[in-house]
Amino acid sequence: MDNHRAALNRLPRWFVVTLAAAPALFIAGFYAWPVTNLLWTTVRRANGGGSPFGHVGAIIWFTTWQAVVSTVLTLLVGLLPAYVLARYSFRGRRVLVAVTTVPFVLPTVVVGAAFLALLPQSWHGSARAMIVAHIFFNIAVVVRLVGSMITVIPHDLVGAARTLGASPIQAARLVLIPLLAPALWSAAAVIFLFSFTSFGVATLLGGPTNPTLEVEIARRATQLGDVGGAATLSALQLGLLAVVVVWATRGQRRSAFELKGAAGPRPARTRGERVMVAGVSTAVVLAVGAPIVALVSRSFDVGNGWSMSAWSKLGSAQIRPGVGLGVDPLASVGASLRFAVVAAVIATVIGFLAATAINTSPRLGKLLDAGLMLPLGTSAVTIGLGMLITFDTAPVDWRARWWLIPLGHALVAVPFVVRALLSVLRSIPGDLRAAAATLGATPVRAWWHVDAAALRAPLLAGAGFSAAISLGEFGATTILTRSGRETLPIAIGRLLGRAGALPRAQAFAMATILLALSTVVVMASGIHERLGPDDA
Amino acid sequence: MLDVSGIVVRFGERAVLDGVSLHVDDGEIVAVLGPSGAGKSTLLRVIAGLIRPDSGVVALEGVEITSRPAHLRNIGMMFQDEQLFPNLDVAANIAFGPRMHRWSASIIRERVDELLGVVGLAGFAERRVDRLSGGEKKRVALARSLAPRPAVLLLDEPLTGLDRELHDRLIGELGAVLRTTATTAVLVTHDRDEAAALAGRVVQWSELQRGGS
Repeated sequence: MDNHRAALNRLPRWFVVTLAAAPALFIAGFYAWPVTNLLWTTVRRANGGGSPFGHVGAIIWFTTWQAVVSTVLTLLVGLLPAYVLARYSFRGRRVLVAVTTVPFVLPTVVVGAAFLALLPQSWHGSARAMIVAHIFFNIAVVVRLVGSMITVIPHDLVGAARTLGASPIQAARLVLIPLLAPALWSAAAVIFLFSFTSFGVATLLGGPTNPTLEVEIARRATQLGDVGGAATLSALQLGLLAVVVVWATRGQRRSAFELKGAAGPRPARTRGERVMVAGVSTAVVLAVGAPIVALVSRSFDVGNGWSMSAWSKLGSAQIRPGVGLGVDPLASVGASLRFAVVAAVIATVIGFLAATAINTSPRLGKLLDAGLMLPLGTSAVTIGLGMLITFDTAPVDWRARWWLIPLGHALVAVPFVVRALLSVLRSIPGDLRAAAATLGATPVRAWWHVDAAALRAPLLAGAGFSAAISLGEFGATTILTRSGRETLPIAIGRLLGRAGALPRAQAFAMATILLALSTVVVMASGIHERLGPDDA
Repeated sequence: MLDVSGIVVRFGERAVLDGVSLHVDDGEIVAVLGPSGAGKSTLLRVIAGLIRPDSGVVALEGVEITSRPAHLRNIGMMFQDEQLFPNLDVAANIAFGPRMHRWSASIIRERVDELLGVVGLAGFAERRVDRLSGGEKKRVALARSLAPRPAVLLLDEPLTGLDRELHDRLIGELGAVLRTTATTAVLVTHDRDEAAALAGRVVQWSELQRGGS
């Protein structure tokens, strides 16, 4: 009876199916098919003999241990800022939250270039340089995930442990850490995934002697022409990541507790608390600011003192007459901007249709939601490689088509758009639609005036995030890029690979441009506000 | 014997406690009656060692403990919102204090069983605390705060948030437990009936501010 009554004002089935069709086709055609094709290539290759592995064992070992060390150190370094930002209210707290999220929204190529500019020469091409950059990049994950959990742990819970005889360390070990465990598991899984599939940072900072699995896959596909070997390694990586995700999800479920209410931040009262807040704030600003300042200042350093020459020569594709630079710097800015706009449009349209379909049809929605999230668990290089080997024969020989690159970018961006829109859609009270219905609106009109109207801000944020992802995307683009259509990250990577002070300074100049573009997009769309710890 | 004298606590420019004094004899149950937001809970936190006062002295059995950390004071506290540890079951919550005081496992087990009986929750040892009703949570919180045999028990609005019937029933039970265990206690509440039913002596918050009881 209730179901029958509810069905009276439900959106018609044809409407939901129409909404879901485009996202379903998008994910099936440009993700499921290429990745399945990639796995099939691996099976065929295995049957045909010939081991793709060789020295791969050492690469897997290196990729794994650097990811584990990056994860553990990021959690250790990030806990204190997460605690301070979640627990204490102080002047400038919101700005500091925004500052901690800056590294996370920076393109990986910019992070890599910034640490090349900051770290001493002896660190270049080393695992420790990669790990430091991974910590910098992922601090926001700890601040967001662990910080949000800290805000719902009541202040008095630790106080209760103290009055029962627990020392501060015992209270943290026996009460605080177990309650934070689900958030720590989530953060660890995300950081491990990012560090394991590190491509931009690993390419620029790890150097040729420290390739991650992702770097090796790209090297085989683009430099050695060993697409089959690259496909096999991609399949292996997909399998390893799936194991990690399942393991982390189990750990998270085992350690989940119900916490009610929110503690919210409060002013620092004691002298010790005030010193801690001031110390952490200063350290965060310095840690985030130093690589960025180094990046910008090194763009004016061409080996013989301060100079504008790296910037003034960005308009030319030649170092000097007759000697080509290999890339056209300014043209890459144009290409990046074009791709970013196209990727943002695709991701926003697909994300809007998908989020609406997911929200209106629980059963169909669950399937679509799961499908659209898949690219998040797949490395960018794997997505690019899947597309490369799938769209290579008529009638789908699209390898040379320019739109394949922004389409790949959109594939990575859609899950973020869907999440941003769904969180708003799910917070709309059902009674609003009912009110519209009682005022004479059909279900479709009620949906248009209630749901669609509420989505303007999150759509803008989704479009901004998609553009930011596209601007910084490096992995899939490395595989799919064609000469003359280099994006900014590709151009920066190429310039950093060239000898000489001028190309290097030009790379830093272009990384500065990419940094500025990403920052403008992020700030304009208000994404940074969605990434801080939840305010109580 | 608990002696609190001249306690001052400032949060920024605002003095939350301005020269508060209180004296409690061994075995005495004192209720401090005052309006919400007056600073009663802050006073309990100062006595428990959770907030360090800007000035003033807290002494237990004639020994000054103002600078002693909370875990070394042997002063228990029952919080308004219970603050049960959601990662531990009922028995582990009650055993938490004795564990911190390094009691032997067998003595801890005996103490937990004894207190479960005292608060009427025998058979609840392995229950998850987030599955308990409001009244059951209050009982676990009381058992937990009594478990390590504190020299003084602080009760911060212990029966707030319960429906009237349960509230009235628990007043009787809480009073019986405190008297049976001969606990020295300070209760802060805004409920006149609760104060009268539980305490041997009731003092108004305004009296403490003027210089002591």
